[in-house]
Amino acid sequence: MITIKMFGMVAEKAGCSTLELSFEGDTDQLAAWLHSSYPQLKGLKFVLAVNRKIIHDNTRLMQDDEVALLPPFSGG
Amino acid sequence: MERFERQISLAELGAAGQQKLRSARILVAGAGGLGCPAILYLAAAGAGTIGVADGDRVSVSNLNRQILYGQDDIGRFKASAAARFINERYPDVRVIAYDHPLTVENLPALLPEYDLVIDGTDNFAARYMINDATALFHKPLVYGAVYKLEGQLALFNAHEGSANYRDLYPEMPAPGEIPNCAESGVLGVLPGIIGTMQAAEAIKWITGIGQCLINRVLFYNLKDHSVYETTLSPQAGNRLKQPFTLKVFQETNYEMACATELNVGWKAAIQAAPRTPAIFVDIREPEEMPRWNDSRCLEIPIPHLLRQKDVLMQAETVFLFCQHGLRSQMIAGELRKIWNKVGIYSVKGGIAHPTSPVITRY
Repeated sequence: MITIKMFGMVAEKAGCSTLELSFEGDTDQLAAWLHSSYPQLKGLKFVLAVNRKIIHDNTRLMQDDEVALLPPFSGG
Repeated sequence: MERFERQISLAELGAAGQQKLRSARILVAGAGGLGCPAILYLAAAGAGTIGVADGDRVSVSNLNRQILYGQDDIGRFKASAAARFINERYPDVRVIAYDHPLTVENLPALLPEYDLVIDGTDNFAARYMINDATALFHKPLVYGAVYKLEGQLALFNAHEGSANYRDLYPEMPAPGEIPNCAESGVLGVLPGIIGTMQAAEAIKWITGIGQCLINRVLFYNLKDHSVYETTLSPQAGNRLKQPFTLKVFQETNYEMACATELNVGWKAAIQAAPRTPAIFVDIREPEEMPRWNDSRCLEIPIPHLLRQKDVLMQAETVFLFCQHGLRSQMIAGELRKIWNKVGIYSVKGGIAHPTSPVITRY
């Protein structure tokens, strides 16, 4: 199982803030899965954190990993 | 009794910490929902010099969260109103009001005057610009941003080689990607919390109390008071789009690069036009004056716009303008929807604006 935590507009569009799922693969594959399962995320900008570390490159996911989808906020 | 007795008696601060606050020079960018509480707490704590930069005036819808202003301030410049509020209460704090927004032109002269910057702006263009400028000038930046009931907080550029905003979000958003506060609504107390945390982070950095959010980002959610923290690694690969010289910084058109909104100023539009293949379209009736006689400008009054779809779709970017920017804003929004084209903008303030090309020479 991996845990996905969603923030800001990503959580709002997906309609939930936490997901738990069986997943094997890397973060690119996870992003592709998310976009096909939640087409409403199209056009939304976000970065990923794996186990509370921001990543910009494709990263292999392990059992029990936690992935966060973090969109930028601009409001002030 | 002394004004700072209750904090000097705190062992972590002490008289030495108070003296550091007294000599600190802090620039607050944006005197809105985040800037107001940050300024208020910094002044109360005895920060020596606070610069406040904001080009906006107070409007009635600001009052739910911009706590330095009241009914009587509506229509006044925010920076000056904030300075007046602080001067009346804390005459020992020097407040410098800049009643204009920070720009690539004025930041290089301003930044050397300050030790630390607080980002309380409300749009991506300003946030990337301030990040890049503080990175260039090696000034620590207390970053804070909100979306509805959530906030983000970090301390960037703390020292040589520490992370900045580009390590979190390397590239500026593309047109139409994310709405800002003005469109999405915000509970006033949320920027109050995040702005206060920004003041705390500034005070901690200046006085050396505790651990600042260096190479870390904090996410706060008001709904359940949950806090999520993640680490950030500073990497050259994240900063390919970050200007590394003053010249490149000053040539960067942040407003256009982050044009997630419909409205763009004349200057940004004209600067962007040669690079984007863009056209300007005057959507006014032919009798409305003055006209802008320029090869880049087409004249298509509103009733004829739909018939000229092919012409407008060919251009990568279309800047619509009218007399004051109201009609063009409405039409740009409509055309984006019906033609599904994001590169349609409305020029802020229209032809009557002081920066329009019939008044200002570019």
